[in-house]
Amino acid sequence: MIEVIEGGLHTTVQDLGRYGYQRYGVPVSGAMDSHSLRLANLLIGNPEDAAGLEITLVGPKLKFLADTAVVLGGADLRPRVDGQPFQMWRIVKIKAGSLLTFDGPQAGMRCYLAVPGGVDVPVVMGSRSTYTRSAIGGYKGRILKPGDRLSALQGPGPLSRGCKLPQALMPAFGHLHLLRVIMGPQEDAFTPQGIASFLSSTYTVSRQSDRVGIRLEGEGIQHVKSGDIISDGAPFGAVQVPGSGQPVVLMADRGTTGGYTKIAAIITTDIGKLAQALPGDKVSFKAVTLNEAQALLAEREELVLEFKRHVEGIKAGGVSRVTIAVEGAALLVTDDSGTPLTETERFPIGHAGLKRSMTVRAGGQAYTFEVEVHRQD
Amino acid sequence: MFPSPRYIPAGDSALVVELGNSISPHVNRMVHNLARAVEKEAVNGVVDLTPSYRSLLVYYNPSVIAASDLQKKLHALHGSLLEGAARGKARVVRVPTLYGGDMGPDLEVVAKHNSLSTDEVIQIHSSADYLVYMLGFSPGYPYLGGMSERIATPRLKTPRTAVPAGSVALAEKQTGVYPTETPGGWQILGRTPLKFFDASRDKPSLVEPGDYIRFVAIDAGEYARVKKQVDEGTYQVKIEAKD
Repeated sequence: MIEVIEGGLHTTVQDLGRYGYQRYGVPVSGAMDSHSLRLANLLIGNPEDAAGLEITLVGPKLKFLADTAVVLGGADLRPRVDGQPFQMWRIVKIKAGSLLTFDGPQAGMRCYLAVPGGVDVPVVMGSRSTYTRSAIGGYKGRILKPGDRLSALQGPGPLSRGCKLPQALMPAFGHLHLLRVIMGPQEDAFTPQGIASFLSSTYTVSRQSDRVGIRLEGEGIQHVKSGDIISDGAPFGAVQVPGSGQPVVLMADRGTTGGYTKIAAIITTDIGKLAQALPGDKVSFKAVTLNEAQALLAEREELVLEFKRHVEGIKAGGVSRVTIAVEGAALLVTDDSGTPLTETERFPIGHAGLKRSMTVRAGGQAYTFEVEVHRQD
Repeated sequence: MFPSPRYIPAGDSALVVELGNSISPHVNRMVHNLARAVEKEAVNGVVDLTPSYRSLLVYYNPSVIAASDLQKKLHALHGSLLEGAARGKARVVRVPTLYGGDMGPDLEVVAKHNSLSTDEVIQIHSSADYLVYMLGFSPGYPYLGGMSERIATPRLKTPRTAVPAGSVALAEKQTGVYPTETPGGWQILGRTPLKFFDASRDKPSLVEPGDYIRFVAIDAGEYARVKKQVDEGTYQVKIEAKD
């Protein structure tokens, strides 16, 4: 159980979004940087779509009423438990009575708090995400306020052993963002000069940005005729350009439809970067093909899947990743956290091509595999 | 209507199917028929649909279905619709409305602007079937077409900060219903006791894109009776098939 002492700037319950209701005009919502929420969930042992807290810029002050474990992922808002700083992207055990606070942004602006089982709020239209404008989902449909009490769903409990997030999946935070886009669907509403402005200039993230849209300021983007179209569907990451020529990128709480021209859409793997961009950050755009974008997404999803299998292995009490290193004349076998799994074995190091069968014991189970040693000269 | 649909990527996980480039009941009908066909076919990898005036936005998971395969599927479905296979009859949803008074503070403004009596405005407004081209803007908000220009009236000079849910209003040549309390600058003619949007319902929106709405004038007594039934959850919405 968590008691909210201070709500922070804009703290809401979010999961991966509300799908299937856009035809009724219900926005998808969900985490702005869904990649970070997914990873925070996996790190604590949750399904990736469990609900967590989205914490924006100025963090809340949260009091834990029971012992629990948490993972904080996404932007580093410099968290502290009872005044002690702690690391992002790892399991942190918190004692009953402890206070979680945030000093402020180090890099990025949206931090995700995952608790074992996920935050327990009612499922509305298939999701626990908060859409504050219509007070749908989340905690009473609104941002968190002092006195609110949150509990977690009964889940499998946190992972018994922590695991590290692979470097390749770790989101990078900076203040210059190159966002790759797929041009269209209304590319033909812009002059060649307008398209050149979009792809060659640098835009600044405006303060007038929120969960609905990120407004960008910079060189105007010229239309052939006007910035208006017959309203149509509005996807996450679409770069909308109204008559003013200043782009607005549609984000999680966007309306389901819109009446402005869309010059391009940011590729899924890059949307998180923009979701984490602070006002004043600079962004620029680079066009890629649909095939390139989907290949990048497939590559990332493959890494997520591999990480999920790794976590599943730890949950099952087994070992999903073993590192074998030659140290002098000894063979050192460790699990992902660096803990030795078996006694080091000695063998003649000069004996290249040696094949050995070895057995590793972990979590009450035995695994046998073949090792072949090659010389590296 | 385009001779053949245009397929345009809208990012790496959404595909636009454009069926025309105008606001017309015919193009819109094809959009909704295609949406229903995609739903009925339960195309693997399709995660959501947004039908709008002249196009259907299909959200998909590219790790489940390739864009080219999705396009082929949609093209085949569109083809079978042209043969008339999946044509359903449209529904007309009757929306009881109390016009004028406190519920419709702008009814007289609209009457004066068009040199009509308030009864004539009510008669004109409630005698058409309005096509729900799409829902958007806010949950359950219907984009309606088909209002008579005889009652067209400009927006308020200063929008109201809060328009009550259920308000039936018009602006220029458009009419609509506010599903939830929001700020708004349309001329309010009346109010319906029906809930156009209710997140706790299985189908949260009272009307779906492709439906028609017919406003039915009721008196204060009927309004109170319907409202009570709506609040108790016993009201049966009156729906007819469109000829």
